[in-house]
Amino acid sequence: MDFDYFSYLFFGGLTRGSIYALIALGYTMVYGIIQLINFAHGEIYMIGAFTGLIIASVLTMMGLPSLAVIIIAAAAAIIYASAYGFTIEKIAYKPLRDANAPRLSALISAIGMSLFLQNYVLLAQTSDFLPFPSLIPDFEFWEPYSHIWTSAELVIFITTVIVMILLTFLIKFTKIGKAMRATSQDKTMASLLGINVNRVITFTFVVGSATAAIGGILIASHIGQINFYMGFIAGIKAFVAAVLGGIGSIPGAVIGALILGWTESFFTGYISSDYEDVFAFLFLVGILILRPSGILGKSETQKV
Amino acid sequence: MTATGEIKKSVLVSLWFMFLTFPIMVIRVNTVQDVVEWRWLNMAYIGIGTFFISMLWRYMIRRKEREGKKEKTDNLSFAQKIILDKKIFIPLVALTGLFIIVFPHMFSMYQTNIMISALIYVMLGLGLNIVIGLAGLLDLGYVAFFAVGAYSYALLNLHYGLVFWLALPLGGFLALIFGVILGYPVLRLRGDYLAIVTLGFGEIIRLVLENWNEFSFGPSGIPNIPKPPLFGVDLSLSGSIIYLYYIIVGLVIFTIFVINRLENSRIGRAWIALKDDEIACQAMGIDKARTKLRAFGLGAMWAGMAGVIFAAKTTFINPASFTIWESVIILCTVVLGGMGSITGVISGALLLILLPEYLRAFSEFRMIIFGAVLVLMMVFRPGGIINNVRKTYKFQKT
Repeated sequence: MDFDYFSYLFFGGLTRGSIYALIALGYTMVYGIIQLINFAHGEIYMIGAFTGLIIASVLTMMGLPSLAVIIIAAAAAIIYASAYGFTIEKIAYKPLRDANAPRLSALISAIGMSLFLQNYVLLAQTSDFLPFPSLIPDFEFWEPYSHIWTSAELVIFITTVIVMILLTFLIKFTKIGKAMRATSQDKTMASLLGINVNRVITFTFVVGSATAAIGGILIASHIGQINFYMGFIAGIKAFVAAVLGGIGSIPGAVIGALILGWTESFFTGYISSDYEDVFAFLFLVGILILRPSGILGKSETQKV
Repeated sequence: MTATGEIKKSVLVSLWFMFLTFPIMVIRVNTVQDVVEWRWLNMAYIGIGTFFISMLWRYMIRRKEREGKKEKTDNLSFAQKIILDKKIFIPLVALTGLFIIVFPHMFSMYQTNIMISALIYVMLGLGLNIVIGLAGLLDLGYVAFFAVGAYSYALLNLHYGLVFWLALPLGGFLALIFGVILGYPVLRLRGDYLAIVTLGFGEIIRLVLENWNEFSFGPSGIPNIPKPPLFGVDLSLSGSIIYLYYIIVGLVIFTIFVINRLENSRIGRAWIALKDDEIACQAMGIDKARTKLRAFGLGAMWAGMAGVIFAAKTTFINPASFTIWESVIILCTVVLGGMGSITGVISGALLLILLPEYLRAFSEFRMIIFGAVLVLMMVFRPGGIINNVRKTYKFQKT
């Protein structure tokens, strides 16, 4: 077996997995708190990438240095994606929650939102693929390894790890993190203890959207092109990752994403790339049938 | 709330949206020529539009809350009154029937063709209505069964010369088999997982059709699918379209009849009960898995038959007609019309398919409107435009 090819696939899978993990976090956090599959999450990732691209191109044309461009574009993408996450929650989910609508309604509303956002970007921007400037520079010291693990992929991996650490810190040690955990366990009890449940839910949407936006910029500058449809498949795959790891569990989402990234990478590398997406879907169907609670998820028993 | 307070709130909302839509609506970058296009006019539109929409939005929310507080009396909506009043409803149905019969002779072939597609959607909507409206299972891969029907006619005709009239039941049957095979393992899952798995299944079918060239001829599709024959008589092009039109009308009527009967049957009541409360239902001795599987299979069968007609109508099919968004459009017709209500679903499908056809100017906004419709219906009127009238028994103290 060719070792270089193997490690190339291995690191490719790791990169894919990192991106899936960044998106899957948003899914799993929202699901953990309000048991809703936020279908529009993939679209937030797409909007993050678009905002990043637009701001970056404008700044580059103004002649700013590339480091400033990266920082401002990334910040803008994160802010805008969070703002979109916040607004979507207020428009499409909060009224339903207030009215105690069935879960099916919330899901339909989420699909509608996803369709709306996709076409909003399609109409306001373009249906073509837009080339994305590669914001991540090639490091010179990394030169000897770049044929198996490019420096862009390295940056993606490191960023993901940093985001994970920050997120873990946020949830484990801060007050709002504690409130999030309490809300996901029992909403009524949490509100009785003085937690503003609505604010916690909004905060969760904002944080999830921000991580998705980070994923969006990273993958866009790695692959080099974006279009309005990129959020859908990425969203579904991230969802597969979240379910695989056990939806609602944050370390589970990361593990699930890495497993999915690797299996996809090896599958396409050694077997066939035609059925790449089929494979992800089959994976999903398989997990849900064999182990619906995922790897790290707790199996729920229904109480009457 | 005072008027100034309202205006202040709306101004804030409109400012927020102007900020929110700024990069995507205002700036357009041409990366090839390195030109930035600033579209400030869009920002003004967004600002003014959202100002009024937010006013309307809050008014609607308040109205909905007031209605919710009111004691639920017999206040039926206008449409429901019409449906329940036999004196109006029966002549109305007769009139519609007459209109449907003379339709292809009154209007051009083009109009008839559009009507055929709309009626195919009516059939799909009614089939999906069994799954979503009655049994409460969110199926996002419904179009897969539609594809199974279309491809089974196209392929069986290509290889074995199977005629339309044999393909119609066979397509339905194959779709039913697919539905049962998929449904059997999947229906144990909870509602929202089911949605994702069916979505995945729909995409699998499409991707397989796209990639398995030896079987399905890949993305280039299958051309020259014959239209249905009429006892060996050679029909002209317009004749065959009119003939197809009557076939689909007949099938829609058959569908309405079957679903209407099903709804009030033992199994239909079991579906509705399952939708409301699974646990109570099982306690009453209803086999959950089997009942759900029946709904799933039957829904799939209708999609399969609609697929055969679709193949016969377009005479050319390829995988691009069976994307996930097609499923979402069908879902949209069911949701808009009113889940569970037959008249609702029919009017929803006709509205959603015919309106974009005639309002060509808005055709590019079609999908964005569909998305908005789904969200708005769920927020303001989860029952759809024509709420399903459930049979109720009132206990009166004497």
